[in-house]
This record gives sequence, structure tokens and C-alpha cells, in this order.
Amino acid sequence: MGIALTTLRSFHGGVHPADNKSLSAHRPIERLPLPKMLYVPLHQHLGTPCEPCVKPGDKVLKGDLIGEAQGFVSVPVHAPTSGTVLEIKQHTVGHPSGFTMLCVVIEPDGRDMWRSDLVGIKTPLQVDPSEIKKKIQEAGIVGLGGATFPSHIKMSPPKGKVVSLLLINGVECEPYLTCDARLMQERAREIVLGITIMMHALQTKECVIGIEANKPMAISAMRKVVDEFQQIKVAVLPVMYPQGAEKQLIEVVTGRQVPSGGLPIDVGVIVHNVATAVAIREAVEFGRPLISRLVTVTGKGVKSTANLEVLLGTPVQDLINFCGGLTYKTKKVIMGGPMMGTALHNLEAPVVKGTSGILALTSDETTFQQKEQNCIRCGSCLKVCPIRLMPCEMAWHSKHENLDALKEYNLFDCIECGSCAFVCPAHIPLVHYFRFGKISILAQKQADQAKQKVKERSQRKEARIAKEEAEKERKKAEMKAQSDARKAQAAMTAAQQTAESKPSETAKAETPVSQEAPTSGGTISEDDDKSVRAARAAKAAAAARAAKEARDAKTDAN
Amino acid sequence: MIEAVLSISGMALAAGLGLGFAAKKFQVESDPIAVQLVAVLPGSNCGSCGYPGCQAYADALASGGVAINLCSPGGKATMELLASLLGVTPMAMSDEDLGPVLAVIDENNCIGCTACIKACPVDAIIGANKQSHTVIATECTACKACLEPCPVNCITMTPVKQTLYNWSWSKPSGPKMLH
Repeated sequence: MGIALTTLRSFHGGVHPADNKSLSAHRPIERLPLPKMLYVPLHQHLGTPCEPCVKPGDKVLKGDLIGEAQGFVSVPVHAPTSGTVLEIKQHTVGHPSGFTMLCVVIEPDGRDMWRSDLVGIKTPLQVDPSEIKKKIQEAGIVGLGGATFPSHIKMSPPKGKVVSLLLINGVECEPYLTCDARLMQERAREIVLGITIMMHALQTKECVIGIEANKPMAISAMRKVVDEFQQIKVAVLPVMYPQGAEKQLIEVVTGRQVPSGGLPIDVGVIVHNVATAVAIREAVEFGRPLISRLVTVTGKGVKSTANLEVLLGTPVQDLINFCGGLTYKTKKVIMGGPMMGTALHNLEAPVVKGTSGILALTSDETTFQQKEQNCIRCGSCLKVCPIRLMPCEMAWHSKHENLDALKEYNLFDCIECGSCAFVCPAHIPLVHYFRFGKISILAQKQADQAKQKVKERSQRKEARIAKEEAEKERKKAEMKAQSDARKAQAAMTAAQQTAESKPSETAKAETPVSQEAPTSGGTISEDDDKSVRAARAAKAAAAARAAKEARDAKTDAN
Repeated sequence: MIEAVLSISGMALAAGLGLGFAAKKFQVESDPIAVQLVAVLPGSNCGSCGYPGCQAYADALASGGVAINLCSPGGKATMELLASLLGVTPMAMSDEDLGPVLAVIDENNCIGCTACIKACPVDAIIGANKQSHTVIATECTACKACLEPCPVNCITMTPVKQTLYNWSWSKPSGPKMLH
């Protein structure tokens, strides 16, 4: 018997926003026509950004590597279609800051041709799990639920931790979004094939697919396929936001709580999204990298809704144009779900691995007009927080930048689900306060580290200068001693030479005067040469000695 | 009677000697406020405040009568911390606050004299004789120690460019006061 409960538990709090899924739930998955231009960002995952490995002018085929992963917490980026790399430039992306990111601009050639050398594993259930993990990493797969955490890391639990349960997240608790529901409805078999590969890679014997009760078609489709597999079950969950959050889903299905600051593996569970399961199957069986994803285009601000299969890097504007454009009532376009998504600054922002929806919302669907008022201490936020935090207190401390107090209130356990802000009658932007608080704490930590580094560097420089000075002094003293010794030696040789040359002089004195001058001149120059040579030799010997000493000193220092 | 007086006096003497010895032996030499102040200062001993190092500036601040806005690498944040430690009102920074800045060498005009390399207290400038120098952006503390020694004035303090990676959430503006 596994760890999944037969009777579901519930997590604390949660809210019931109007789900508005009927706007797009009936739309079958369609493939978006090839866009005119693709802007593929090089940082679509949590972790270190990729480095581009193509140059402008390069021809690429669908699935070619265009961005190399940097380290373990990083995944590569691939060309979503065949075409030409026009440039690698800063381009707008769906980020709350509105700043740009390095993107590879690809002009599709219309052939949409896969590279020919993609190979998969024909019998994935018989190979070593490490081979599967390698395929997943190479394919650039991240959590497609929206968190974009590299999947190969989740597939590699730390040594000594046993995965008792693989939990597949088909909850899709965010209102409006329907792409996961459509995926389960239309591609149930692909999901289950992906699940069997994951179960083999994790060496786990139990799998539960969690689906909320508001997706009856998806539930029946999944059940039909799952019936053939004994170890996989479908759990129908009562509707509650944020049930799709990893830790909440685990609590509902297993009754276990992930400890504060911990990971699901701490309670023996690994959670993956349904779309991730399909991507993993594509990567392992066919060797295809992650180059497209399903996106729900919906909201009352768009003419018609759709569930689209979109190449990564497609501008949002293309998706909206495909759906007939925006109506004049549109106030806001959001990337992601309405609770946790990001409002777009620019519709040229591309679809990335974490884009689950494009919502065009009208003023009655958003909090556009609401102004923040003072907290009335009603405690509504306390009742709905799924982590049992104290949002009102945290917002207060965040406002006054009491960073130590924020840490005591476990700010970093907040999953930013937005339930508190959703129920707040004073329209306080609580999540915004928490994000500000989190970033302030991180900034303070960085500043402290930087200060420590500055101190170390300046101390090292001072120590180095002191050492150099000492070395200089030592050298100076050495040189002085050497030059003194040389002088003494030179004086001695000179004395010897004068003593030696005296007899010859007396002999020369007897020779005729006419010959004297050149001969004596010759003798003198010869003597001079001798002394110069001696001095040179002494100097060379001293230099060699000094060099040797310097070398010794260096090796000593090392 | 006499025994009591003697024993008490003896004890008092012993205690007095002990305390006197302890006071000499375990004396804290530095000013405790200066210790707190020096912890707040950047610690690169760049000298931009006009004192020879952070310790000297902290000592001067502790003895009073010195402006608290002299530390340019620390910027406004350090000034505010100093103000709260010293219990004085924060003041404006001595130079115009551009936000975070970095020293940038104009590599076309650099003559490779190594003067700035010698001046940098944190070894954040690399280069060799007659080779153009450059500042390691992640190590620069913006202390401006390199500006003055440069014979061709090719170093400027440039505001740090905001990107996706150093951007941060601003604080919500808060409720509007109605009265």
C-alpha cells in the first residue's frame, strides 16, 4: 500500500475565485500557424541563464541547440523551427520589470524541418534511469505548470531519499486556464506513457494523478487510459485554489506536510505537471527537445478563445491576432493565470516555457480600479492563507521594512498564491508587499556579503603591499652587501694586478722609447680588459645568486 | 568585635584589589561606539572621507563634531545607519546622489600608467604598463579613489544600468490619506 490516502485531506484556507474556464474549455487544441519571426529568450527557466551558441546568419533546423546550459541548475534552449538566426539581441519579455532579455531572433524558412539526427530510446522502461535523466536535461525540459524549475533536478532525488509517490499535477487550479484540461482530454495516452517513463526513472511504484472535479471530461479520459495500469490512479479533488501548488497538492493527497524551507522529496513525493509528462515522453522516446507548449488564450477582452500549441518564442501579439484581436474593453493582458500571472508591458513579448495562458481581461475582471485602503484587521487573510502565515502582519512589517520581523513570520514560506490579496476587503496589494519584503531581505544579505568581500580584498591588498615593501627592503640590503663585497674584491684584484704588472714595467723600461708608448698602451688596455671582465663575472655571479635567492623566497612564500 | 571588623575589612580589601586588577587586565581599549560605527562603514579604507581609513573616520565620528555624510562608497544607506547609531538627524549626501554608480575607464584614452591600479583599495582595476586598464564591475565599491590619480582624466563615475537581473520590486505606495 502506498502513501496516497483513500480519503482526501484538505489544506488550510484557500479561496474560490470564479473559474471562468467555460470560456475556453470547449476549444480543442489547435496548432498556431508558423509566425513570421521568433524571439527565443535565453533564460526561460529558474537558474543560470543560457549562453548563446549560434551567430547571426547561421541556418538552424528545428531542435538545434541555440543556447547552452550553464551548470547543473540550468537547461538548454533549442530552435523551435528551421530558419535563419537574424540576430541575438535584447528583446522585451513577459517580466514584471518590463526590462529586456537576450533573445535569439529566428526567421522561419517555412519548412519547419526537424534535425535528422534526433534519436530516442526505443525501450525506455529497460534502460538505466540515468540515461532517461540525461535525455530530459538535454531536451531542456522544465516544469510546465509555470514555475519552470528544471525537471532533471526533480528527477534526481538526493542520495538516501526514497520517492514513494509520483504525484502528477492535473489540478490546473488557476481560473481561466484550460490547456492542461484539454491536454488530459485529448492526449491522455501520451501523458500516461510519460508517467511510466518517469516512474521507471524514479524507481517508484505508485503514481497519483490529481485532477479537480471541475474537469469531468479530462477525468473520464484519463481514467480510461489509467485503467490499464495498476500502479497509476486518478484522484478527483474538490475545487479549491491554490490546490495546484505543490505543497498543497501533497497535503491533500497524502496528508503529509512539507516542512518549512523543505522540498516535496522530504516527505517522499515528487510532483510533476501533466504537460511535463508529455514533454518527457517526447524527449525520451523520440529525442525531441522542448520547443513548443500549450497556451490558453482567453478572457473577455479577446474576440475568440483558443487552446493553442505554440512554438516557444512566438510573440503574444500573434496569438491574439489568431484569436481575432482584442476588444476595446481590454484593460490588461496577463501572461500566466489571473492569480499569479504577470501583466504584460508589451505584446511583442514572446511565449516562453512557463507561459500557460494569455488572458485579455476587461475592467470588471480585474482589480484595475481598486485603491489600497488601511487594514481593518478583519483577519480574512489569516483564514485563507494555505501556508497558515499571517499576511496582515507580514504586510505591515514589509511596509515598515522590519526585515528581521519578516523572517520571524516565515515570509520565505509564502508561495505568493494571492489568496490573501484576493479576499482583502481593503484591497491591500499583499503579494506586492511580500515580494518587496523578500527582495529587501535578499538585497540586505547580498550587501552584507559584498561588504565582507570588500574588507577581505582591502586587507589582502594591504598585506600584499606590506609584503612587497619588505621584499624591496630586503633586496636593497642584499644589493648593498653585494656591491660592498664587489668593491672590496675589485680593490683586491686591482692591488694584485698592480703588484703583478710592476716587474713587467721595469722590464719594458729597458726597451727603446719609440716602442714604449704603444706597448704600454697595449698593456694598460689589456689590464683594463681584465678588470672589466672580472667585474662582469662578479656581477653575473651576484645576479645569479640574487635570482636564486629570489626563487627560493618565492617557493618559500608559496 | 575586632575579628568581625578585620574579616570584613580583609574581604573588602581583597575584593577591591581583585576589581582593580580586573579593571586593568580586562580593560576595553576602544570606544564602544567607534566599534559599532566601524562595523557600519564599508571597510575598504579608501580614504574618500578624508580620514586615513574607516577606523579613523569612525573614531572621529565617535568623538563628535564630524559630518556623517562623508562616506561616498557607503552612500545614503550608510549615512542613515550612522545617523541612527549616533542619534543625530540624517543629512543630505555631500555630493549629488546618482544612485548606485561604478567607476568606468574610457579604454580609448587610457595610457596604461597603472596609477589607478595602485590607488584602488580593493584591487578592482586590472591592466599592465602601457596596456589599457579596466574596472572589474562586480568588485568596484565606487569610492572614487582612482579618479584623482588618473593623469588623463579618463575615469568617470557611471550610474549602474538597470537590467532584469538587478531590478527589484518597489514598495507599494500605500493607502491615500483622505484627510
